[in-house]
Amino acid sequence: MNEPHPHPDHLWRNPDPKHSYDVVIVGAGGHGLATAYYLAKNHGITNVAVLERGWLAGGNMARNTTVIRSNYLWDESAAIYEHSLKLWEGLSEELDYDLLFSQRGVLGLAHSPGEMREARRRVYANRIKGIDAEWLTPDEVKAFCPIVNISPDLRYPVMGGALQRRGGIARHDYVAWAFARKADATGVDLVQNCEVTGFDLEGDRVAGVQTNRGRIAAGKVALCAAGHSTILASMLGLDLPIQSYPLQALVSDLLEPVLNCVVMSSALHVYVSQAHKGELVMGAGMDPYNSYAQRGSPSVIEYQLSAALELFPIFARAHVLRTWAGVVDVTPDASPILGLTPIENLFLNCGWGTGGFKATPAAGWVYAHTIAHGSPHALNAPFTLERFTTGALIDEHGAAAVAH
Amino acid sequence: MLIPCPWCGDREDNEFSYGGASEVVYPQDPEVADDAAWAHFLFFRPNPKGPLPERWVHTAGCRRWFSLVRDTVTHEITPSSRGEGAP
Repeated sequence: MNEPHPHPDHLWRNPDPKHSYDVVIVGAGGHGLATAYYLAKNHGITNVAVLERGWLAGGNMARNTTVIRSNYLWDESAAIYEHSLKLWEGLSEELDYDLLFSQRGVLGLAHSPGEMREARRRVYANRIKGIDAEWLTPDEVKAFCPIVNISPDLRYPVMGGALQRRGGIARHDYVAWAFARKADATGVDLVQNCEVTGFDLEGDRVAGVQTNRGRIAAGKVALCAAGHSTILASMLGLDLPIQSYPLQALVSDLLEPVLNCVVMSSALHVYVSQAHKGELVMGAGMDPYNSYAQRGSPSVIEYQLSAALELFPIFARAHVLRTWAGVVDVTPDASPILGLTPIENLFLNCGWGTGGFKATPAAGWVYAHTIAHGSPHALNAPFTLERFTTGALIDEHGAAAVAH
Repeated sequence: MLIPCPWCGDREDNEFSYGGASEVVYPQDPEVADDAAWAHFLFFRPNPKGPLPERWVHTAGCRRWFSLVRDTVTHEITPSSRGEGAP
């Protein structure tokens, strides 16, 4: 495994906010930082601030389980996630930073005939679109990932799996830091401890933001606040079809390499990979109630671990080191909202729910395009806020992998 | 999280199923409601950071629905009612 990148003392300046910017991005998570980077790189827009109420990449970017894949069902989703995966494949060179991007394969297990049909449908749908996908029999699952228990005696036996070999993981902090460093180098101000408390409206047009560090005028305002999107939108009188839920994850103590790929089981509400350092990183199902607490119910972790132990008996002696939760922003169709709003010069990127990390580069790419041109990129054109009124939903509950 | 069922008392939250925000009102005049009104009824729910009036059902207990107000930051619950405020 690769050695982590050696770090200098500072990767970005820590400037005070100026009085005015061409673009103010609210939220310095992965998506906000990627957006700032691509605004500068693809569109030459550098008079930009990224405002962050806490510290840079300290929200869901610090809490996700780093899984990257593009095997979604519908054309709209597959297109944007595949664009993302292709960006990931060159991102370490692009950002001049070893992101520990590892295409070790993402294996999604099926435990019932219904799930098998659904998973195989998705494999074929992916292949039509040119996205790599394979169906594995239980024996092939065992050959690919030897520690999976494929005994037919399991309560939920492994009936096969859908494999995307190009899928994998990356080091989430490095991704944020790499985007931040490059954005900062182009002159973008990354302003931490700067909470947006209101917006300045001139008629139907947004003209700036109010923060705990004063008013900041903005030509354009781009929301990028994941689980807190509805809080920001409500300051503007804008309703969003989003609910915020806790999504829990945990890590084990450091182990020798035992798991060579990412394994997901949406029926059992568990997905697991082994990070480069050696800890098992496991995600659970979503807690079913609205919450901003960044913690969830212990019963969810208990259920997840019981499933993990049945699938991977070798984990029995691992210890849980810590658990946590992120606040995920879930839409009714499990697809994101990325585009324009009824308010002029206000842009919206939210609703990625349980799967936003893998989309980081593509979300930044198309959001920057949308902000720069005032109209959506072809890849995010379907992901409008209006689709909940027109009915043109993009139902990805099956491919979102985390049971909602 | 302990949830106070108005009939059974405090129980672990995994005995319950979540019904989301309470007081979601069906369009009064469904035959004249436009797309925006239907969208609002179907897909838009309150998502406050703070007190949220919501519905729960004691699935693994008495199987009855009730309402309560829970703070979405602290998970603190104010006393529940026996079905008032339905649906």
